[in-house]
Amino acid sequence: MKPPVWQTVGFYALVAIIVLQAVFPFYYAILTSLEDGQALFEVNYLPKALDLANYRAMLTGGVFGKQILNSVFVATVVVILSLCLAVTAAFALSRIRFRGRGLLLLTVLSVSMFPQIAVLSGLFEVIRFLGLFNSLWSLVFSYMIFTLPFTVWVLTTFMRNLPVEIEEAAIMDGASSLTIIRRVFLPLMWPAMVTTGLLAFIHAWNEFLFALTFMSTDSQRTVPVAIALISGRSEFEIPWGNIMAASVIVTLPLVALVLVFQRKIVSGLTAGAVKG
Amino acid sequence: MSANPVKSRLSRNRTRSAWLFLLPMLVTLFVVAAWPLGRTVWFSFTDASLDMMSEARWVGIRNYLEYVDFGGGEGQYYGLLADARWWRSVWNTVLFAVVSVSFETVFGLIIALVLNQQFRGRGLVRAAVLIPWAIPTIVSARMWAWMLHDQFGIINDMLQGLGLIAEPIAWTASPDTAMIAVLIVDIWKTTPFMALLILAGLQMVPGDIYEAAKLDGIPAWRVFRKVTLPLIMPAVLVAVVFRALDALRVFDIVYVLTPNTDATRTMSVYARENLFDYDQFAYGSAASTLLFLIIALITITFIMATRMDLEGKRS
Amino acid sequence: MATVELTNVSKSYGNVEVLRDINLSLEKGEFVVFVGPSGCGKSTLLRMIAGLEDISGGELRIDGKPMNDVLPAQRGIAMVFQSYALYPHMTVFENMAFGLEQARLSKPEIEARVREASKMLQIEALLDRKPKQLSGGQRQRVAIGRAITRDPRVFLFDEPLSNLDAALRVDTRLEIAGLGERLPDTTMIYVTHDQVEAMTLADRIVVLNGGIVEQVGTPMELYEKPASQFVAGFIGSPRMNFLTGPPAKAHGAAVYGIRPEHIALSRESGDWTGRVVLTERLGSDTFVHVDVEAVGAVNVRIEGRSEIHGGDTVHLTPDPASVHLFDNRGRPLAG
Repeated sequence: MKPPVWQTVGFYALVAIIVLQAVFPFYYAILTSLEDGQALFEVNYLPKALDLANYRAMLTGGVFGKQILNSVFVATVVVILSLCLAVTAAFALSRIRFRGRGLLLLTVLSVSMFPQIAVLSGLFEVIRFLGLFNSLWSLVFSYMIFTLPFTVWVLTTFMRNLPVEIEEAAIMDGASSLTIIRRVFLPLMWPAMVTTGLLAFIHAWNEFLFALTFMSTDSQRTVPVAIALISGRSEFEIPWGNIMAASVIVTLPLVALVLVFQRKIVSGLTAGAVKG
Repeated sequence: MSANPVKSRLSRNRTRSAWLFLLPMLVTLFVVAAWPLGRTVWFSFTDASLDMMSEARWVGIRNYLEYVDFGGGEGQYYGLLADARWWRSVWNTVLFAVVSVSFETVFGLIIALVLNQQFRGRGLVRAAVLIPWAIPTIVSARMWAWMLHDQFGIINDMLQGLGLIAEPIAWTASPDTAMIAVLIVDIWKTTPFMALLILAGLQMVPGDIYEAAKLDGIPAWRVFRKVTLPLIMPAVLVAVVFRALDALRVFDIVYVLTPNTDATRTMSVYARENLFDYDQFAYGSAASTLLFLIIALITITFIMATRMDLEGKRS
Repeated sequence: MATVELTNVSKSYGNVEVLRDINLSLEKGEFVVFVGPSGCGKSTLLRMIAGLEDISGGELRIDGKPMNDVLPAQRGIAMVFQSYALYPHMTVFENMAFGLEQARLSKPEIEARVREASKMLQIEALLDRKPKQLSGGQRQRVAIGRAITRDPRVFLFDEPLSNLDAALRVDTRLEIAGLGERLPDTTMIYVTHDQVEAMTLADRIVVLNGGIVEQVGTPMELYEKPASQFVAGFIGSPRMNFLTGPPAKAHGAAVYGIRPEHIALSRESGDWTGRVVLTERLGSDTFVHVDVEAVGAVNVRIEGRSEIHGGDTVHLTPDPASVHLFDNRGRPLAG
């Protein structure tokens, strides 16, 4: 039985609208970033110019290159650290029966619900105390508050589903808990590690509040803050072309990652959230 | 019977490993979460300022509420709970959370239902849908600020072209539309997340249910209402709560898209302004504390209500 | 000399006692099968010997040394799991070498032991493959090979055949029986719920039921002198007939048991007369289900093919020497 024509047409129209609304703003940002001078102030729907001046201005002019490196550094270190801490913690939480396990999981979950603003003043004090103010390590340190609970949670769910007998075989083979993690579980877990690592990376890359608060000089800032703070001398001199070029530069790698790892990301997101 | 311990060496080793393995995580979480939270609460009961944190003195609940007697029966309440701007930001936050999550749920459901169909190019559509989610919040705020620009913005151009508005609208600058602008950007950015969560729920509905309904000749709309919706309700509910908790702490979008306006100031923005811009560190801490209490209350209610399966006993 | 000795061993989870007062002594080189219905505690008992479960009470000794508090890897045992539990990311060689590496053996020693075991099991050609690339039977051999390289004093099998299809099950069973002969000094403990596996493999069978040992003995002892009605019903296929009517009363027992193969069937005359309800023809044997008035349903086994059909009237005569009598608690009565 074939559905009536109007239904098919309606369905594809809906699909078209969904795709268009999702893609258009980014498309328009790219379009704007390629325009310069006067062209910027005419509304165009299709590309008219292909001027890389905005990109050149961003990448050569000031500290934007350094800021990209800052973001890469912070996000990478955050991912590595939280995965290292989370793998062992997840093993304990998913594989070993001990008193207080339920309570611990609850704690981890509730930390992931923490509003960042609630710890901001206390964290500010800790960071000043440690002498990390305006240092990238302050961000590495503070980002643990959201990446760590998330990675622990997802890896725990994943590890719980690894077969028990493999672990028992390793115990019979004389492997210690650490060896079981390193030699038996880690090789089986790389898909989950890639997924959680990727999501933690994106999270850290996009973070704004801490980065805005704990960095005081331009050369230490990460890209979201840098982009948020680009401004002109007045409302009418905001360099929209430059802003869009910067936006495209920091977003393209993310979009590429998301498209490549689409399936993994979807499974990671749902593992992290739909566990009711 | 011999005096053998009931727990064998293996069990003891494993329990010890468990705590050793958990220790780094617990220490980290203590230093980045528990301790700062405690300090925030402490600051909210002191007269701390940015430059004099260590000399902060206990002042009781003055930051929350204080009655100042002017003498002669005259007097006034001060403090967070008597601050109209705080209550305005509470209202803004709640409004933002309710409206954005409602729209995101409806749109998310529609997109999920579409993605759950078999059609050519589905993979591409799903990839496209993910794009807004992948774009950093700050970037999407600025992208949309440009698109919503009063003079050169493409949105005004479209609406004028369609004859829907006569004059360009100053979306982000005008108090009447600022909240709408914030909502548009947030809904655009977060709907994909909602759609994915709901889609995961949809894909757990066994296909033969639809087959059976088809054989029985039940119309599609009724199948959706009577079969699909009840089955995906738990997944939707979890997604809604997660999103709502997220929406209640909204900061980035508002801060970048519509800075400094009463029309959109949320609790997080209010707290940060006081902490770092107005040098009212203690007062801002009080606002942070209240925000935390609100979110904690909702979280606890949710966990109690759904009796979440924390230990994976059911799986 | 006994290799494995259990004294008053018990196991409980909280207030639930799953094993009670287990006393067993297994001789060196013996092939012992733990058999019983699911939930009887046989796997738990095996896992306690392996060290994967804590022993709640009593003592386990291996080669005379107390083992309750010894790590699994240091007990001198090896285990073959139901799902094989091969490490999926390691090659067959690495799977077999992993335990030896943990024991810090030298490279050449590991190499030699793996070669030897793989030669014995004829899996030399598979050493570079991953478990994914192996058939069920091959995985089974690798799992056994991994256990052999450890050169254990005690070899544990946890229902190793239940994941194989019927044809392969028989082959593998024969192979495991052969293994018992090739490793004469190694004690084998084998857990199964299948009494045929138990009968064919075991030197001695331990029948477990509801957390206690019902009987320990050679297959023929269990078959000929079951210590309880449960064992009588569990061992032997098809199942022993249990009759509670006049035949039992005539002997002053609660239950009268007679195996299907110990009843003579005749068209002319016999002790009991009944009508055939159903016949099952297996080629080598025929099972005849007879409804005997005042006695009940009786299953009879006849060798070869039989021309008896449903509805026929037949006469049955039980062999008096093979009758088992039980009291109302399932205990055997002398007789």
